[in-house]
Amino acid sequence: MDSAIIPRGVKRCPLWQFLLFISVVGVVLLWGVYAMLLCWIKGLNQTNMNDYYGFAIWIWADLTVIAVGGGAFFSGLLRYIFGKDELKSIINYAVLIGFICYSSALLVLAYDIGQPLRGWFIFWHANVHSMLTEVAFCLSCYFGVLTIEFIPLILENRQLDRVPFFHHLSHNMHEIMAVFAATGVFLSFFHQGSLGGVAGVLYGRPFAYREGLFIWPWTFFLFTWSAAACGPCFTILITKITEAVTRKKLVKDDAVELLAKISGWMILTYIIAKTVDTWWWITVTAPSLGQTLMDFYSNNPLYGIWILFAEIVICGFVPAAILITKKGRKNSVALWIAVILAVVGVCINRWAMVLQVMAVPVMSFDYWAMYFPSWQEIATTILPVAYGIILVGLAHRYLPVFPDESELNPIETLPAEEEEAVEPPVELEQELKPAEA
Amino acid sequence: MFPFNFEWIWDMGHVVFMGGLWYALTILGIGMTYCIIKAAIDACRGNDEHHH
Repeated sequence: MDSAIIPRGVKRCPLWQFLLFISVVGVVLLWGVYAMLLCWIKGLNQTNMNDYYGFAIWIWADLTVIAVGGGAFFSGLLRYIFGKDELKSIINYAVLIGFICYSSALLVLAYDIGQPLRGWFIFWHANVHSMLTEVAFCLSCYFGVLTIEFIPLILENRQLDRVPFFHHLSHNMHEIMAVFAATGVFLSFFHQGSLGGVAGVLYGRPFAYREGLFIWPWTFFLFTWSAAACGPCFTILITKITEAVTRKKLVKDDAVELLAKISGWMILTYIIAKTVDTWWWITVTAPSLGQTLMDFYSNNPLYGIWILFAEIVICGFVPAAILITKKGRKNSVALWIAVILAVVGVCINRWAMVLQVMAVPVMSFDYWAMYFPSWQEIATTILPVAYGIILVGLAHRYLPVFPDESELNPIETLPAEEEEAVEPPVELEQELKPAEA
Repeated sequence: MFPFNFEWIWDMGHVVFMGGLWYALTILGIGMTYCIIKAAIDACRGNDEHHH
């Protein structure tokens, strides 16, 4: 029924099967929307946030999707600025994943601020001494960049591409995409960094506080670095999951391997820097503020020293070691393990820098403040995941997200079908069916 | 926020923060305007020399 808008040369499941899939995920989406409306209508008392947890699971989710969405800006940098043409095979999907991540981040912020109708205050009544203001500016602008990068892909839909204006617009946007990509890199560098900076400047919280360079604590650079390192791993992970679900090869091996190799070296350099930072924090920064390492990791039910070990060794050095070796990258199982560990690692890092910071006692009369999100918080955190799955499903079905798909999965067409597939030229098509064209 | 707003102050913070925001928005705005106008002109002229 919808074959006219499915990209040419590729095979898709029947429409009923696709709609069934969308409906199942749609139920989860509606559950999240219901919880979101509860938070907007009844207020933030629907959450388990309190005086200890002004930042909670939403901010963790926000920082995490922004970090893993970093694959878009880093892949854009490699493809458009450094000219890595091998990434042509995966760049569209990286942009789509980035678009989903950043739109999700903005959605999460929309319910986290409690009164979304006042969201524009941060632009109009900006507090220019706040790193979060910089985050809001760069995040919004970068979402604009991702939208601009996503538009040509939408316009390349089989039917939309027949409209001359859309065809030319898509082409022109491709022509100057390097300008948009460079702007995106600039914006990403600052908002990824400032998210780390927010934790690093908390001098009243020795768990998070770090020295730094000028006004920027080391966490500023570590956050940008980790997003650039682990973001591409998330892109590879989602690509692999999509390939497993569709049971098709969608991206050429050389693209995945190149991205994995660069990501591996980025993770290795990042994790060395993180280790040095941690060592300095343990031996100099924390003691200078009257605390020792084990003050942050003992006498509580969740935050043991294992979390530091898991973040740095298991989810840092291990994936780096796999990805920097050719053997590791070429082995499918090892590649899966490496990208999963890298993504889990950045999730743990953001969890520690948002939630553990809140949990650690800082006053002599303080106690470990534990927190578990309410069902409304959980539902609204799952909402962007459902939204992302639906958008990936729609994009995969109707847009040429994977330019090499038809080459990697050739389908045999009968001569009659081939004839049918040859479409009339644009102008003739317009004359015949102006409304459809 | 613009310089003509009552809460504006001519200091480094405002100039850097708001200047950065306008700078980024200007690049995106000019880029998109160029693409849209060129696409409209190309579509009117019937140019169809490129394939991607």
